[in-house]
Amino acid sequence: MDVHHIARLANLKLPPKQTEKFQSQFDETLSAIAAINKLDTKNTPPTSQVTGQVNITREDKVDTSRVLSQSEAISQAPKSHNGYIVVPHVFE
Amino acid sequence: MSLNKLTLTQAIKNLQAKKCSAFELVKACLDQINRYDSKIHAFLELNQDALKEAKLADNQRRDNSSPLLGIPIAIKDNFLTQNLPTTAASKVLEGYLPQYESTVTRKLKEAGAIIIGKTNMDAWAHGSSTESSDFGPTLNPWNTQFLPGGSSGGSTAAVAADMCIAAIGSETAGSIRLPAAWCGVTGFKPTYGRVSRYGVIAMASSTDSPGPIAKTVEDCAFLTQIIGGFDPYDATSSSNPVPLLTLSKAKVKTKLKIGLPKEYLEAMNQETKALVHEAIKVLQNQGHVIEPTSLISPKYAIGVYTIVQRSEVSSNLSRYDGIRYGQDRTKFGEEAIRRIMLGTFALSSGYYDQYYSKAQKVRTLIIEDFNQAFKKFDLIINPPSPGPALKIGASKNEPLFGEMQDMLVEPSSVAGLTGVSLPGGFVDGLPFGFGFVGPQFSEDKVLNIAHQYQQATDWHLRKPQL
Repeated sequence: MDVHHIARLANLKLPPKQTEKFQSQFDETLSAIAAINKLDTKNTPPTSQVTGQVNITREDKVDTSRVLSQSEAISQAPKSHNGYIVVPHVFE
Repeated sequence: MSLNKLTLTQAIKNLQAKKCSAFELVKACLDQINRYDSKIHAFLELNQDALKEAKLADNQRRDNSSPLLGIPIAIKDNFLTQNLPTTAASKVLEGYLPQYESTVTRKLKEAGAIIIGKTNMDAWAHGSSTESSDFGPTLNPWNTQFLPGGSSGGSTAAVAADMCIAAIGSETAGSIRLPAAWCGVTGFKPTYGRVSRYGVIAMASSTDSPGPIAKTVEDCAFLTQIIGGFDPYDATSSSNPVPLLTLSKAKVKTKLKIGLPKEYLEAMNQETKALVHEAIKVLQNQGHVIEPTSLISPKYAIGVYTIVQRSEVSSNLSRYDGIRYGQDRTKFGEEAIRRIMLGTFALSSGYYDQYYSKAQKVRTLIIEDFNQAFKKFDLIINPPSPGPALKIGASKNEPLFGEMQDMLVEPSSVAGLTGVSLPGGFVDGLPFGFGFVGPQFSEDKVLNIAHQYQQATDWHLRKPQL
């Protein structure tokens, strides 16, 4: 596991002093969880939803009781301008 | 007895009989917090309007008022509350004031409850110690040299220290049951989907289960009745109707067959094993039949849980970009970084089958294993922790601390079962938690047997010397 590559994928900046520590902790964790490979799952389907619910849908209708007003929506944004949220620029 | 020491059931009776006012009840809890929370650090934020709301509740009281009217309840800080800052104990959300209310707190407020404050937790609920809170650890009210357990450690410590009448926590794998065990209170994990996750800061969405933490099983049953049920805002919440959970003596007459898994017993030490056998005697005296059984070793659940939880964390925490709310990603603590990174790795191209997919298949094996067991048994004995609380500092530099401590509750959590932790004795002055798990949606059975056990024991009546 290349911690720098993974940090980039996760949009995290690793504190330089901790890179080595993280690397060794990851190796330790990965070897601890490797135990599950001992179990045969060739004919076992995966489970992601434990109560067996499938395809839960709702009507395509606006629920006005939980629509935020513009001022509510931007109230927690660190930077806003004229009712809009200011985002970091993508292109240099 | 000071009013803050009342159980929920007692407090409701006192209010209804006008033996005390909501104002006095809330004031007694706030006094307790003011007196001892500098030592315990159970709360991150107090509701400054609590007394005002209590006065209002007193004025509103009629004969047919909701039983929860004026009852002070503490809420874990990962439930969004519109009038109170919500941080999940992470600096990323420092100062965040939610724009909407979680379903659980909305239901409590609609039932008249007063949110007395928001409780400390492991940051983002990542942990089993409350030591990874970005705002400092909570200490165990029984002995401040020890951890309260986590991640709902603020809520369990607040209940143990009588700083509230009851509290709400959330469990992904052990986060209600383990700290309840270590703090000597009763913690109940409902079936996955029984209680809505809407407005709960998401950790591992496929196992997150909100639930009550209280002084008795009876109180947990009462609160589950209020917070449970289908919620159109949480697509995974169950439309399975919540049965009447209110506990009565009449309902506990059935004799149950209960399994005792040897793999769980093997994880315990001499002292805690002896306490389990003592608890079994209590159940046998009540006519229940306890038989040894065998389940897949919980060590496999550690692997499943670690992979599934980290993967879901990496996805859920990707939304924190510091643009729409909160601070940027440089504010994540060490534990969050570790978990996001491991999850990103497990889901990354080339590793998905080896980790995530494999874990979800082993999860199926664990579910099938429980299904087999529940063909033979009504319930399974499942103490949440191999031993009592560990010392402050125990979680440091242990990347799998939580997983090892929660080993005995991870199988039931990845299977979405319901379970309870309740006081079952003491080891060197620290509480030991006994417990059960049952099939999905068997809340009624789990709560009833736990209530019956509590009727025959007095461990839950003991209080820490603060």
